[in-house]
Amino acid sequence: MDTKKMAIIATKGTLDWAYPPFILASTAAALGYEVQIFFTFYGLQLVRKDVSGLKVSPLGNPGMPMKMPFGPKWFKGINWNIPNAIQSLVPGYENVATSLMKMTIANCGVATISDLRSLCQEADVKFLACQMTVELFGFDHSDFIDGMDYVGAASFFEFAGETDICLFI
Amino acid sequence: MNFDKELDARGLNCPLPILRAKKSLAEVASGQVLKILSTDPGSVKDFAAFAKQTGNELLSTAEAGGEFTFYMKKK
Repeated sequence: MDTKKMAIIATKGTLDWAYPPFILASTAAALGYEVQIFFTFYGLQLVRKDVSGLKVSPLGNPGMPMKMPFGPKWFKGINWNIPNAIQSLVPGYENVATSLMKMTIANCGVATISDLRSLCQEADVKFLACQMTVELFGFDHSDFIDGMDYVGAASFFEFAGETDICLFI
Repeated sequence: MNFDKELDARGLNCPLPILRAKKSLAEVASGQVLKILSTDPGSVKDFAAFAKQTGNELLSTAEAGGEFTFYMKKK
């Protein structure tokens, strides 16, 4: 049986959107897929050496429940429906939301981004970075983790054209 | 049921139980049995799908008090 292949284009650079590419890539690798992730535009944030700066923003995101990760069950169940206009005025609102989400992630036994990323690398998931956006955003190759390939769209298609699954995230 | 290795994946959430199982299976020989404990309700369907796609055999699935026990035989 031929090895199945999956390619992912990772374009988002927030803590919440960091999960789908790494979860799908590590799981596919565990199922025996050969996997490549092409990080471009804001997705480059996901392959920086330090990912502790990844944040989640409830601002302009009506789909995000705002629940507290601590306290009694009835308290955790409350959805704090705070209007965007107020969120945008409170300094540090994003930082608070990010630390609450990190707490929720730990409480639920969900892996951290840096752990999932390491699991991907251990499973031979190949990471490609878009050289054009590296330059566009003023990054240096030393900003990123080891083992990256810096390529253009044509290199991505060389692999993507042969895949069974190709996702844009 | 007899088993050769045990994996405690309790408290872990998707996709960690699958990733740990894959790693543990790499440490046993073909035909040996891995016992997996999990508390993730999603893992019931996930281990069945994992077995189907990887060719490892899911010998049994059981649930008791919110805990799931799987026995998987390595291909």
